[in-house]
Amino acid sequence: MTIKTDAVVIGAGPVGLFSVFELGILNLDCHIIDNLDKIGGQCIELYPDKPIYDIPGLPNCTGKSLIDNLLEQIKPFKKQFHLNQRVNTIKKINKLWQVITSDNKIFETPNIIIAGGVGSFEPRKPEVKDINKFEGKGFYYSVKDKAQFTDEIVAIFGGGDSALDWAVELSTIAKKIYLIHRRDNFKGSPHTLNKVKEISKTNKIEIKTFYQLKELRGKDKLENIEIQHDNGKIEQLDINSVIAFFGLKMELGPIADWSLNLEEKSIVVNTHNFQTNHEGIFAIGDICTYPGKLKLILSGFHEGALAAKECFIRARPNENFVFQYTTSSTKIQKILGVK
Amino acid sequence: MPKVTYIEFEGKEHSINLPLGFSIMEGAIQNSIKGIDADCGGSCACATCHVYVDENWVKKLPEIQESERDMLDFVTELKNNSRLSCQITMTDQLDGIIVRLPKKQG
Repeated sequence: MTIKTDAVVIGAGPVGLFSVFELGILNLDCHIIDNLDKIGGQCIELYPDKPIYDIPGLPNCTGKSLIDNLLEQIKPFKKQFHLNQRVNTIKKINKLWQVITSDNKIFETPNIIIAGGVGSFEPRKPEVKDINKFEGKGFYYSVKDKAQFTDEIVAIFGGGDSALDWAVELSTIAKKIYLIHRRDNFKGSPHTLNKVKEISKTNKIEIKTFYQLKELRGKDKLENIEIQHDNGKIEQLDINSVIAFFGLKMELGPIADWSLNLEEKSIVVNTHNFQTNHEGIFAIGDICTYPGKLKLILSGFHEGALAAKECFIRARPNENFVFQYTTSSTKIQKILGVK
Repeated sequence: MPKVTYIEFEGKEHSINLPLGFSIMEGAIQNSIKGIDADCGGSCACATCHVYVDENWVKKLPEIQESERDMLDFVTELKNNSRLSCQITMTDQLDGIIVRLPKKQG
């Protein structure tokens, strides 16, 4: 089924969210797509508790409180979030853009606003041979369906929350879990860490510290791995699956293939409406560049407002664009639900 | 103003003067020195400003904080002198510091 909408916003960070506001007060609906499993982009993924001091009118906020406030601000508008998926392809069909996500959701829209920050968050891959061969065939970066690990021997790599949480969770169904970390310092909630230690007494979880992944082996599917201790000692483990939690990294991803004019890892836009070299595709926030560009959240807000205006002109070709203030426009106040 | 020298993986050297209080990462970004990405903008949250600090300077650096150590887990080719350049702030004691850039970030 194709979803028709006035605008598709790629990226649910602060700038993407505020563009939803700017579209909203022009009475445009939109769909927001993000590769993370939560709303907020870097503000939530990287620095939820870090103070931000340069949001106009907000002397002091945190990544999390800024996102909470933005979500509150866009509450009145028609919008829908599609998380955990990234936009894979875009195609021009007549005057509209067709947008297809990794979950095969299809959108048709006159406007695409790319507010992708430094790119989409992708799992970090270890530097080992044949990694591509085994991805999805015994080597995983996340748990989509935990039942697949039933009665398996699973090696979990990493020392953070995800690694610890899944070690505990999967220990109830798997035959055995190896929890393997480069250091002996696990970073997770003390409660989960205690639980891991408790279970490890039964040998259901075996903790191996100061080890790194060296080699993957198997015929069609992963069967065996080689890990190396800091002291040089090499060990072989027969396993059925590996789940690697080596953190996230930001990558431009498929955006690089959309024949947009790029400069380094940024998309070139004009400063009139922040349109790219493709009509109807806009780039705002950290991902765009133009002479004088500053990578500030506040710049992204401004860019979103101007892009939204052009989105209106494209989505409502038979209507006149009328510039209005939220303080005085009864029309906007009605949309906001305050009148 | 204290001086920093960056040596790219291929050997190209860049020496810049970096005002006190700025990080070695910022010095690279502001002078368009290739090889430091700094995706997260200095939040100690991405490990894409990894450098190898010249052995003579390692001991002069302040101790690695837990947050930096956690991120260093994610760099490719971790060595004993690996640091995140966003966490090294310029002081007079670091005048002349040399850092080498890895083959790739992240």
